[in-house]
Amino acid sequence: MDMYREIILDHARTPHHPGILNPADFDHEEHNPLCGDRLHLTLKVDENRVVTDIAWDGEGCAISQATASMLADEIVGKTLDEITHITKDDIFEMVGIPLTINRVKCALLSLKTLIIATQGVANWQTLEDKDE
Amino acid sequence: MRKNTNMTTVNTQTAYNLELIRSDFPILQQMHSNNVPLVYLDNAATSQKPNSVIEAIDTYYREYNANVHRGIHKLSEQATTEYESARLKVRKFINAASKREIIFTRGTTESINLVAQTWGRANLKAGDVVVSTVMEHHSNIVPWQILAAEKGFTIRYVPVLADGTLDLDYLYALLSQEPVKLVTLMQVSNVLGTVNPVEEVISKAHATGALVLVDGAQSIPHMTVDVQTMDADFFAFSGHKMLGPTGSGVLYGKRTLLEAMPPWMGGGDMISSVKLTGSTWNELPYKFEAGTPAIAQAIGLGYAIDYLTKTGMDNIHNHERDIIRYALDRLQEVPGLTVYGPTAEQKGAVAAFTVEGIHAHDIAQLLDSEGIAVRAGHHCAMPLHEHLHVNATARASFYLYNTTAEVDALITALHNARKTFRL
Repeated sequence: MDMYREIILDHARTPHHPGILNPADFDHEEHNPLCGDRLHLTLKVDENRVVTDIAWDGEGCAISQATASMLADEIVGKTLDEITHITKDDIFEMVGIPLTINRVKCALLSLKTLIIATQGVANWQTLEDKDE
Repeated sequence: MRKNTNMTTVNTQTAYNLELIRSDFPILQQMHSNNVPLVYLDNAATSQKPNSVIEAIDTYYREYNANVHRGIHKLSEQATTEYESARLKVRKFINAASKREIIFTRGTTESINLVAQTWGRANLKAGDVVVSTVMEHHSNIVPWQILAAEKGFTIRYVPVLADGTLDLDYLYALLSQEPVKLVTLMQVSNVLGTVNPVEEVISKAHATGALVLVDGAQSIPHMTVDVQTMDADFFAFSGHKMLGPTGSGVLYGKRTLLEAMPPWMGGGDMISSVKLTGSTWNELPYKFEAGTPAIAQAIGLGYAIDYLTKTGMDNIHNHERDIIRYALDRLQEVPGLTVYGPTAEQKGAVAAFTVEGIHAHDIAQLLDSEGIAVRAGHHCAMPLHEHLHVNATARASFYLYNTTAEVDALITALHNARKTFRL
């Protein structure tokens, strides 16, 4: 099935940046209440607000775990300001497969956790509602 | 003069194809049991449904019946898409700022109870004042009485003047003199038809720090509603009076208020996480949608909104104004008949009346024998009827598919009713 293309399966089987940073500059956990996915994300930034390290721990479907893994790769080395420019479409592009409405929540869990951790819940809701 | 009237009629018909509209409503095609056509004039109680709404509900059950938000299968995906698409249609229809402000309920009554049991329970205490009105439907009186008995706040009721409008001076005096936390009122009366100046009331209430809940059950089926222009804090309405199915309804609330409100019913879909030691709440609007929602009903409401939008709310409003003007004129021909409420200029398409010498229930019975459906009783507005000093009225209420010929049938049947009663 297209949804489970090789890169998704690879990331889901062998996630990048596993674990929890302690201490961390940002530490946040989010749930997807509808299917039980869980994501605990920790970040370290330097004095220039550049992400120097990231680690996450979670449970969930291949889509939610793989996107967390891919997103973690993406944001190491980015500044917090650059993170504010990430869109839902960036995630969909990264996943590279068409997602049905109930799977969108799975794919966006890692972005949701990242945005709430670094910018707060209001910013996340604005981002999520952008193209309603 | 007559020529002008005819031309107006022609122009109206070009813009508003009444025959075509009527053909969309299967129930209007049937004959009444006594072999006379059905004349449905009980629209304030509930409206009839067009084919598109009936078919949308039918299609859901036949082709993609499934629960929403959970299932990772084709049917659930389609049900979720349609259910959420209905929410977007509602958002656009009332011009809410966000889909998160649209909470699906079973109807106006549930919407008002939700506000009472969450916002009210969290914010109202002894010493506070809630302002309602004498013309309110019971659903905008009783939820506040139940809560007041528990919390000890006071409810003040704005009187109705002789012309059927609210005593606004009384309301504004209350606002400036008493610690009013909430004003809760209907936009259009289901008995008098009075169109209340809600925008003005809201602006005066906000100036003193009070919130305003608008009961839109009798307004949104008939006129354009823009909750942002109106600046309502809460706006409650039902789907079934606006061509949608029963069991569909909406509570609109300003997002900041909804965010701060505790949930009402607990259960599935409204949680973020549940532990035996406690739970956290889902984001808006799901925080207020516990349990499997009325999926077919919400989808049906979405199609009802499509139908109203396609027909045009301004066209519907203009058509109804023509009908109520005509009806008020012709009702005057019936001896002993009194219509309650303001003149056509300030009135929605509803005429509650009494006929001297015939009780309202007998009127309704006799009209029914001629195929005409009206409602008789106190229309869930007992305090208003007490104020009017009548125990019951008969009520003819009109909608987008009603015709002047149906008004003529009503008048003829009322004359016949008087004959039956030897009047």
